Amino acid sequence: MELLAFGDTGWGDELFRATLMTIAVSITAMVIGFSFAGIFTPLKLSKFKSLNLVANIYTTVIRGVPELLVIYLFFFGGSGAIMFVASMFGYNEYIEINAFVTGSFAIGIISGAYSTEVFRGAIQSIDKGQFEAAKVLGFSKFKQFYKIILPQMLRLAIPNLSNVWQITLKDTSLISVTGLVEIMRQSYIAAGSTRDPLFFYSFAAVLYLMLTYLSMKLINKLEVKYSRGY
Amino acid sequence: MDFELMSNSFPKLISAAVITLKLLSVSLIVGLFIGLFFALLRLHKNSFVNKFAYGYSYVFRGTPLLVQIFIIYFGLGQIEYLRSTVLWVILKEPYWCAIIAFALNTGAYTSEILRSAFQTIKPGIIEAGKSLGIPNKIIFYKIQIPIAIRQSLPAYGNEIILMMKGTSLASTVTIMDLTGVAKYIISTTFKPIEVFIVAGGIYLFMTFLIHNVIKFLEKKYSFN
Repeated sequence: MELLAFGDTGWGDELFRATLMTIAVSITAMVIGFSFAGIFTPLKLSKFKSLNLVANIYTTVIRGVPELLVIYLFFFGGSGAIMFVASMFGYNEYIEINAFVTGSFAIGIISGAYSTEVFRGAIQSIDKGQFEAAKVLGFSKFKQFYKIILPQMLRLAIPNLSNVWQITLKDTSLISVTGLVEIMRQSYIAAGSTRDPLFFYSFAAVLYLMLTYLSMKLINKLEVKYSRGY
Repeated sequence: MDFELMSNSFPKLISAAVITLKLLSVSLIVGLFIGLFFALLRLHKNSFVNKFAYGYSYVFRGTPLLVQIFIIYFGLGQIEYLRSTVLWVILKEPYWCAIIAFALNTGAYTSEILRSAFQTIKPGIIEAGKSLGIPNKIIFYKIQIPIAIRQSLPAYGNEIILMMKGTSLASTVTIMDLTGVAKYIISTTFKPIEVFIVAGGIYLFMTFLIHNVIKFLEKKYSFN
């Protein structure tokens, strides 16, 4: 138990901070994922075949390729790509992006592909009459979406989004390969210096279980809230 | 674009993909038995047995696969007692550690898939079997199992693809699978995009194959 003490003698405070880091990366990645879904869901539902194709390539490639490979692409290719863009603007110094940004972006793009599919499914399962009724009542396109479609879509999407959140949360463990100190990386460091990997990795598993359990509880509350009236 | 690097690394990546497929197929076969076993425990009347199976699938589905691999590969080696048993022959090999972790993980997901498949079988079908005087054992093997397999095919197809992506984590315990070799080439040539295209293409091709095989099986075993 003294291994988990707070302060200089144990790993308690380090692991606590690492847990906060895992939560921070997951939330950032989820938000980045939502913005990707915000771009690609309309493309998927668009009438134009070429736009559909772009969105389909995004979701198929990301969901068919291992998360770890995507992370390596960003980890090794991220700063190169940014430096390439910067050099076009005449800036030639070395740029290093920090692990938090690379990691959340890589995980965000992955989570965005899953979110896109969830939103697409949710919009498609809204009754067609709802779109027509909104149009007939003279709502503007903007209001149609925000007042009629979005609230119904969220109700349908929440159970599946909760799955996406679980996947995202667990995927953040893979960012440890880039050196970002989240739960997995901190356990790796602690296990290395105390030579007690069994304890620290098991404790990491408990931390992840706690996170998934708590987030399930929270999401269930949201689900109840959005299902009022049904 | 460095096309020479792409064509040079292609054969290396293909031979690494064979290792990925080996890891995948062995863990899927073992995982299927684990999954079936725990699915049956889930349907057991005894509530203790029931809860045990639920706990198993909850823990393995609630934690990242990476943690599971690390506990088995780094953690179990720490127990002195294990080192003196026959098990150590298996546990000191990263290859087998990865397979144990993958099999236990996919077993947890498979048990959920099979459980819900068994639960959707209409009781009338089993009752019909009973009233025809068919022994329970044969009802299980000849009626329940085939229906459950058909019901769970779509979900199990997804699980196979997820597991194929999961095998990439074997590279974290020194196994040179497709991702492991891809990472090695990237870190020696610093050409991430080229390698990603080739390795990602191979993964996508495997996903495509699995997807189509499952689709074919679904059609073949459909009820209509």
